[in-house]
Amino acid sequence: MTTAIKVENVSKTYTRDKMSVPVLNNVSIEIPEGEFVALMGPSGSGKTTLLNLIAGIDRPTGGRVSVQGEDIGTMNESSLAKWRSRNIGFIFQFYNLIPVLTAYENVELPLMLTPLSKAQRKQQVETSLAIVGLADRMKHTPNQLSGGQQQRVAIARAIATDPNIIVADEPTGDLDKKSALEIMTLLERLNKEFGKTIIMVTHDPSAAEHAHIVRHLDKGDLLPEGA
Amino acid sequence: MNTTRMVMKNTLRHPLRNILTILGIAIAVSAFGLLRTVLTSWDAGIEAGSVDRLVTRDAVSFIFPLPLAYADKIEKTEGIDKLCYLNWFGGVYKDKQNFFPRMACQPDRIFDVYPEYVVSTQEREAFINERNACVVGESIAQQFNIKLGDLMTVEGDIYPGKWDFVVRGIYKRRDQNTDGTQMFFSWVYLNERLLQDAPSRANKIGWVVTKLKPGTNSAAVSKAIDNQFINSSAETKSETERAFNQSFFESYSAIFTAIRIMSILIIGIILMVLGNTMIMSTRERTREYAMLKALGFRGNHLVAFIAGESIIIAFIGAIIGVGMLYLMVLGVGAVVPKQFFPVFFIAPSTYIISFSSAVLLGGLASILPVWHNTKIQIVDGLRFNG
Ligand SMILES: Nc1ncnc2c1ncn2[C@@H]1O[C@H](COP(=O)(O)OP(=O)(O)OP(=O)(O)O)[C@@H](O)[C@H]1O
Ligand SMILES: [Mg+2]
Repeated sequence: MTTAIKVENVSKTYTRDKMSVPVLNNVSIEIPEGEFVALMGPSGSGKTTLLNLIAGIDRPTGGRVSVQGEDIGTMNESSLAKWRSRNIGFIFQFYNLIPVLTAYENVELPLMLTPLSKAQRKQQVETSLAIVGLADRMKHTPNQLSGGQQQRVAIARAIATDPNIIVADEPTGDLDKKSALEIMTLLERLNKEFGKTIIMVTHDPSAAEHAHIVRHLDKGDLLPEGA
Repeated sequence: MNTTRMVMKNTLRHPLRNILTILGIAIAVSAFGLLRTVLTSWDAGIEAGSVDRLVTRDAVSFIFPLPLAYADKIEKTEGIDKLCYLNWFGGVYKDKQNFFPRMACQPDRIFDVYPEYVVSTQEREAFINERNACVVGESIAQQFNIKLGDLMTVEGDIYPGKWDFVVRGIYKRRDQNTDGTQMFFSWVYLNERLLQDAPSRANKIGWVVTKLKPGTNSAAVSKAIDNQFINSSAETKSETERAFNQSFFESYSAIFTAIRIMSILIIGIILMVLGNTMIMSTRERTREYAMLKALGFRGNHLVAFIAGESIIIAFIGAIIGVGMLYLMVLGVGAVVPKQFFPVFFIAPSTYIISFSSAVLLGGLASILPVWHNTKIQIVDGLRFNG
């Protein structure tokens, strides 16, 4: 099995108002392609930070992050942006949909960065919305949708460009049990059926159950597997 | 989905806020345009003064008349094509508020010297042949509903008494820069009555307008005219009509400097209003922009989204503002003092400047928001809470 993500001795320190806050200490983790990993841990333990480093929207203070064999630390901002648009799908706790755009348009957003024709885009958007079960809600704006439905639109947006890796930061954090279960079932399907590598941060043990691997962070340290 | 659609949707996001901003810009643009129209109309008034016409007047002051005999002497000066002398009559027509220039002139010459006042041959003949005939400009005729054959009674002030004139001509303006507000009647009619009532004031002329032969050096002719009357009881001063207009307006230049400064301040106001709106709108969307950047959108996309919105707001404001300006100029143009603004219209450059500065200000107002949202780290933007 090939390695999708390789994190080697990564540390991260934030500097705020001349104060250095160490957030990650020498974290190393390898995630094989097609895995579904859950990151757990107390608030402030560095879960989001680690996820952001893997997704290439933040840079480590020390160490190396390689994704599909590429050291993303060596890329400049603009090639990193291009790389993200091709390889990473983002799912956020608060969906981060654009309220004035319809579900269709929100899903179409990442496709604006591709050279696809209008017809091809339409195909991609409709397929993505069908996968998340919202083919009949394309014209709805976020405020006409429930929280669970909004998160499904966000998932459709994350898969619209067909990236290999999906990062999700507490995707069920803002949802009731039933919606949370729907979202988790959906992520599981993306992993199983479509072979997406998924890294998910969560506080919710029942959400983590859907993952194959659960890793814990504590005060910036990645605890050994099974701990 | 494309950039334009994204920009339009964002622009409609806060309808009330953006409508207020657009109205603010519209009001500022119309004020800016009105001030500019004052300036350009003023310049047009000066520019309308010909450079191949000379005005000869008393060297000391415009209010002292010249002896009638001067006209003949001036006419013999080398380089002069045509000549007409005039007297400022003043007076009150119906109401003191109704100001427009009223002048005694030579009916057979006035339209040779001022070809920009266009009258038909018949009207001209009638004007020459009837002692108390008069010709008025089309603007005046329209304003006071004056028709050919009407009787106009003017109450004299400089020349006391009641003066009756029959309207025998209504001149058309050759172009937009031509003054359509003048009234001319015969100098002979004025002089006849002065000979009876105030003989000491008779046989005097206010000033002489001469049309130069093509290619004549106006400075040399001016000098030649004035030299003839040097050391006489009434020395003269000759200058081109444009220079004459300029010196007439000189004392008001401070006002116009103030107007210029005000119009620049208004541009500053537009920038503040628009900048404020854009900063508010984009600040609320900090997380969205961070999300877009995470998805792979880059600085140039943010520039298009944010500047596009800013420019659209500014442009709509400018369109409404220019519309308001148009109505204002129609309204103000009717009441503006004619002695300062014989012509009052929106110069094409005012339209161009209004629209292009709106676009420019739209761009400028988006610099800060664009800079903020491109510089902020994605992870900080995603954590941003109002
Ligand atoms: N951009 C940042 N600038 C400064 N400090 C930050 C930044 N991001 C995170 N931190 C700090 O780093 C620490 C870890 O943050 P992180 O968001 O990774 O925690 P987390 O495990 O995701 O917590 P939670 O479960 O509350 O989301 C916290 O103390 C946080 O305040
Ligand atoms: Mg977190």
